[in-house]
Amino acid sequence: MVKITLVEPGGKQIIVDAKEGGSLMQAAVAAGVTGIVAECGGSMMCATCHVYVNEDDLEKLPKKSEGEDEMLDSTASIRKENSRLSCQIKIGPELEGLKVYLPESQY
Amino acid sequence: MKIIEGHHEIDVPDGVPVWDVDPYDVNILQDPSDYYAELRSKGPFVFIPKYSILACGRHKETKEVFSDWERFVSSRGVGLQDFELEEPWRPRSIILEVDPPDHAITRRVLARALSPKATADLKEDFQIEADKLIDELLEKGSFEAVVELAEEFPTTVFPKAVGLKENNSRALVDYGAMVFNALGPDNELRRNAMAMGPTTVPWIVEQCSRKNLKDKGFGATIFAAADAGEINEEQAEKLVRSLLSAGVDTTVTGIGSALWCLASFPEQFKRLKEDPSLMRPAFEEVLRFTSPVHSFCRTANGDTEVSGVKIAEGSKILCVLGAANADETQWSDPNKFDIGRRPTGHLAMGTGIHGCVGQNLARAEVAAVLTSILNKVDKIEFTGEAVWRPNNAIHALDKLPLIFKTA
Repeated sequence: MVKITLVEPGGKQIIVDAKEGGSLMQAAVAAGVTGIVAECGGSMMCATCHVYVNEDDLEKLPKKSEGEDEMLDSTASIRKENSRLSCQIKIGPELEGLKVYLPESQY
Repeated sequence: MKIIEGHHEIDVPDGVPVWDVDPYDVNILQDPSDYYAELRSKGPFVFIPKYSILACGRHKETKEVFSDWERFVSSRGVGLQDFELEEPWRPRSIILEVDPPDHAITRRVLARALSPKATADLKEDFQIEADKLIDELLEKGSFEAVVELAEEFPTTVFPKAVGLKENNSRALVDYGAMVFNALGPDNELRRNAMAMGPTTVPWIVEQCSRKNLKDKGFGATIFAAADAGEINEEQAEKLVRSLLSAGVDTTVTGIGSALWCLASFPEQFKRLKEDPSLMRPAFEEVLRFTSPVHSFCRTANGDTEVSGVKIAEGSKILCVLGAANADETQWSDPNKFDIGRRPTGHLAMGTGIHGCVGQNLARAEVAAVLTSILNKVDKIEFTGEAVWRPNNAIHALDKLPLIFKTA
């Protein structure tokens, strides 16, 4: 298990135990984090699992695919440099302690 | 090796129960819940001798087979026919019936055309049409909701959204039914569907060319990708065909099933009226609960193993999405329709790289209809018996007599 911190817009921190090999989206949904909607279930189609990755942690993540890059143009909350889709963040030991911020809204 | 329904016969894998059932039996297609439950109870896979296929209905294995595109390919057809052995009835789809790396290119173009942003732009138009239609139905009293609402709404808004210059609602609905019935065996359903070909296919193919599309809409976005050199002209036409194949029958089914759920469970409709923020999760629950696409196949592209079961190259595996969506190990009280559930992970829209590319459009259409109903209707009641229509891949209503009431 890898510990990941999700920060709600109001500042509340939620720490989830994420399973290696799964996605951050799956870990958040399993933990009942309502700020991640993930309507499409991880098909990279809906942009409702948007997160802002803590700037210092960005280099821990592999580059986003062209598909993810295009889908991020459809997020309900403003897209930023550190925007990612949590369904595309695969959990590995290198992500221990990763911190992401949840957007105001997902749709 | 003998060929059966267009694919090689396979041996029963060790430890897999043989179940002499016909998943395409009309009675099962109309009322599949007992079949779903029995399929799950028998094990991770069963062998069905009538078609010499494997079938899975537990969430874990269904998800694994359905989403692992490297081991379980779509390029050999998502029905019973193996395209390595037989040519399909129509030139194969370059989005549905293709694997990476080719798939990534066409998928990106369609995902762009049907993105959440592109479909959000249609929200106002959809709402105007939905309000108009619901007002008419309120005035009318009793109505047949499959034709007068579930078909009427998508066949009004969809051609416009695509940018079709000409509309032919009947051809759009019939072509969808054909494409999905074609995924099954050579049964009466498939033969009847194929008989509609001469009156349906030429019109559909004709609408896919650039000259028959307006300069605004999903079609225009697809042809813009051809102009940019991402795909060629022929690929653009085929992607428009994919929109017309999968964009109507499915949303018709989604809207019909949503109405059926709300009429069947009035306490859930009341709850939704009281808290409209549940509308989007409520539709996800409709999808989980009714599974509009009940099953699709994958083909094992090499010898492999899932949950200890050895699967031989060339095996056709029927992934019964409807059964997986009612798996009691995945969902608590799965046979209960509960709009407060967060059913993320249901397989009704598929999952992974082949997950439904039109799902944003489907959600936008349903959201417009439901918003209008929540604003204007206080009660939804049956005025006759709802009847389900058998189809080899789609679980849809055939008749849905309803009345909308105001307090």
